Amino acid sequence: MILNQFLMLAAILFCTGVYGVLARRNGVMVLMSVELILNAVNINLVAFGAYHSSLGGGLDVSGQVFALFVIAIAAAEVGVGLALVLMLYRNSRSIDVDDIDLMKG
Amino acid sequence: MASHLSLGNVILGNLMVAENIAFYLIAAVMVFAAIRVVTTRNIVHAALYLVLVLAGVAGQYILLAAEFIAVTQVLVYIGAIVVLFLFGIMLTRAPTGKMDDSNNEQRIVGAGIAGLLLAVMGYTLWKAYRDGQFGEMQVQRTSDVATSIFSTYLIPFEVISVVLLAALIGAIVLARRD
Repeated sequence: MILNQFLMLAAILFCTGVYGVLARRNGVMVLMSVELILNAVNINLVAFGAYHSSLGGGLDVSGQVFALFVIAIAAAEVGVGLALVLMLYRNSRSIDVDDIDLMKG
Repeated sequence: MASHLSLGNVILGNLMVAENIAFYLIAAVMVFAAIRVVTTRNIVHAALYLVLVLAGVAGQYILLAAEFIAVTQVLVYIGAIVVLFLFGIMLTRAPTGKMDDSNNEQRIVGAGIAGLLLAVMGYTLWKAYRDGQFGEMQVQRTSDVATSIFSTYLIPFEVISVVLLAALIGAIVLARRD
């Protein structure tokens, strides 16, 4: 296997996520796209970690540990994000992110 | 034919071919599912396609010999986060059938930006890691990960647990009806 195949896969996932964040209307779907982005980053971290240890010079699990931290942050982000979407729904009966323009001048 | 190769080399070579086939199969499923996540008009289908992507990511971790994070991916993402998403969909009473306007009018610009980003990232990565060939894969055992977390990364680990606690309390306070 070559390192680039993992990096390319992660790049495709990342860009798909960016498109989703930009184009989706529904707040929950925007959060799903953010999950795609975070997973792309995790693939990169684990791939670089495995690459580094496969070149010799000892086992290095730093990539995996960093990916675990990202997973923990993602869990926190989804929790708070969905709570915000629920608040939005309760206050305006709609979770369309294009309708949130109260702060527009 | 392969007389100059030892049996071990032949087996190793076949294993690498098998790894590549597995990688491209899983990657094709993941890319298809990821595109469906951002384009499907049905929000429940989007959540279920997200499960496919996340399971594919777990499969790639297995290919990279990172077992602990593969299991964590299945437990935390597929087990917890997707369920949280489905609860979010139900609690916001989103139209569970087809929506006509699930993507806004920025979709053309968004696709352009994503394509440009992909071109720049793909070109740069391809150029930078052109000769990045994996050596013999080292299994990253769970005990090694545990040793690393609880020695080198002990303080970040404690900080992240406090962050998680704060985020969950914050989520409860936000979502509470009072």
